Amino acid sequence: MRVLTGNDLKTGDVIWWTGEGWSRHVDAAADAGETAEQVLAAEEAALRVNVPYVIDAAREADGSVRPAHIKDRIRALGPTVRPDLTLKPKDPEALDWII
Amino acid sequence: MYKYDSYDQAMVDARVEEFRDQARRRLEGSLSEDEFKPLRLMNGLYLQLHAYMLRVAIPYGTLNSEQMSVLGDIADKYDRGYGHFTTRQNLQYNWIKLEDTADILADLAKVEMHAIQTSGNCIRNISSDHFAGASHDELVDPRPYAELMRQWSSFHPEFTYLPRKFKICVIASEKDRAAMRLHDIGVQIVKNETGEIGARFYAGGGMGRTPMIAPMIREFVPLDQLITYAEACLRVYNRYGRRDNKYKARIKILVHELGRDEYVRQVEEEFAHMLEQGVEPPLEEIARIKPFFADPAFEDGPKQVDRSDPDFALWVDRNTNRHKHDSYVSAVISLKPVGGIPGDATGDQMRLMAKLAKQYSFDELRIMHTQNVVLPHVKIGDLHALWTELEAAGLGSPNLDTIEDMIACPGLDYCALANARSIPLAQRISERFDASGKTEKLGELKLKISGCINACGHHHAGHIGILGVDKKGLENYQLSLGGSEAEDTSLAKITGPGFTEDGVIEAVDKVTDVYLDQREGEERFLDTYRRIGMAPFKEALYG
Ligand code: HEM
Ligand code: SF4
Repeated sequence: MRVLTGNDLKTGDVIWWTGEGWSRHVDAAADAGETAEQVLAAEEAALRVNVPYVIDAAREADGSVRPAHIKDRIRALGPTVRPDLTLKPKDPEALDWII
Repeated sequence: MYKYDSYDQAMVDARVEEFRDQARRRLEGSLSEDEFKPLRLMNGLYLQLHAYMLRVAIPYGTLNSEQMSVLGDIADKYDRGYGHFTTRQNLQYNWIKLEDTADILADLAKVEMHAIQTSGNCIRNISSDHFAGASHDELVDPRPYAELMRQWSSFHPEFTYLPRKFKICVIASEKDRAAMRLHDIGVQIVKNETGEIGARFYAGGGMGRTPMIAPMIREFVPLDQLITYAEACLRVYNRYGRRDNKYKARIKILVHELGRDEYVRQVEEEFAHMLEQGVEPPLEEIARIKPFFADPAFEDGPKQVDRSDPDFALWVDRNTNRHKHDSYVSAVISLKPVGGIPGDATGDQMRLMAKLAKQYSFDELRIMHTQNVVLPHVKIGDLHALWTELEAAGLGSPNLDTIEDMIACPGLDYCALANARSIPLAQRISERFDASGKTEKLGELKLKISGCINACGHHHAGHIGILGVDKKGLENYQLSLGGSEAEDTSLAKITGPGFTEDGVIEAVDKVTDVYLDQREGEERFLDTYRRIGMAPFKEALYG
């Protein structure tokens, strides 16, 4: 699937396009398909996202979304060396997902 | 410590308000990101993997307790409770909001700090010896000269858009603790045959994708021509540096392509011309700056410590440096606890270090390029009390210059340019070597880790260097041996094919075994490598 990501302009938070808006959770990401570039330009112009780009990702059997590149997986979760600051601080298996 | 005069303060305050307005316009949308990016970068604000990142300048690595304490408060108030001390003797915050940045800059300005020229193609924060003004082996304190150069290079209109970033280092001892020859310009304050103090210049050093050691370009520049000569060096670079190609734009490429002699010829020509124009600040300026760096009121006291506690004695042996006054030492606070993140400190730790500096070190601290903190002037009689407080706060690791005292850049955990993570390697290596007790046997061993070719972690200059590369989407690591950033500067050589994360940790273990096996007498890892060459290490790794 083709997923749109970028940072929130005000806070810098990593965000993902859900089809209707932006979420901090990668699992909420929607397949932007052919419209990706169009959405990206419109959302950037509306200041709802900063420095957006399109990535490849896969929807897993359990419905979760896994970006193809490790850099985007680290963006999605948080720094692997500070599990306490990731989005899943209590999930001991969260870090395995990165690799 | 240098104190801002009313001009310094007015410039920094004005800059905060200018940025406040720029940020407002970006948030409202009247500036696009393309327009705003160069403006935010001029104020040290990057966009990194998880958020904005703010890089705060710590001029020549010197700061006072109040400043350190404010850095800790900013970490708690605007970030997530910590900051990262870098090889450029700066501090980086990883979780900054654009909407807060002007307020942070205003907090910094109140204590004479800023983030100006910590990014962009300008003259960056000037680095220096972290034991400046304290060490027994220096000729003079290099910081007044570094400060003079800071004033000259701040907002210098001619050098705001150089072909590429420009890093200057100023030291004043034969022992190089600041990687001087790996800077764009390295300055060593020296004495000539007639006993006059002046500056020796090196130019064209750097790390990154094409590491180079700066050749000496002038043996002696009289102090009343220091700025003029530096300006001539910059001018030739500004005129001919490769603006067409980002990867060839650093001065090291120009010096290399022209050849040292031709570069020197052009600098001398420019220098002669500029001497006629009288651009040098009057010597009274350096005379005005010097008293800010005058010695504090040292007092005589005990010259030895009570060594009955072996843990304390080990810390004293490892983490203190001989001072110019025999009742004092410089004490290094390690930011490398076993399994910790090199260079990270929490807000509480920063405030504690600030308090200890006030109590034990005449209010002064230094940031080392190896990502540790120095209390430059500690009474030998106070060392035990200091160590006790450090120990209690997890800041008492006795590991200076050992394999556990590695440099690691933020790598793929934080940095948008990274190929691979650096910090987890650092953590695993320190845990492993600490657990096996090998750290002790290895003695001085400088391990340096970068997450990509930009070499922020100085891997080219590590006795052992590790570079993260991308191998078809997977993290991979190249090992190199034989680098040094001390006065015997050398660049490390790659051992051969790369390794996985587990593989490179094994590989570090293996090369240290070769050393332990082959070392003669008091040789350090680096000395053994230089004597026996790469072959035995390669054999152990790939044979
Ligand atoms: C996380 C954000 C960072 C970014 C985007 C970044 C970017 C870069 C780039 C692009 C270069 C190569 C410049 C060139 O060769 O022309 C570089 C070099 C360097 N950076 Fe960073 N860096 C970052 C963090 C750091 C940190 C945390 C440190 C200190 C630990 C650091 C210290 C250095 C040093 C020492 C060099 C190489 C020396 C030189 O050749 O100038 N940087 N950085
Ligand atoms: S060396 Fe590369 S990965 Fe490490 S901080 Fe510098 S740019 Fe980032």
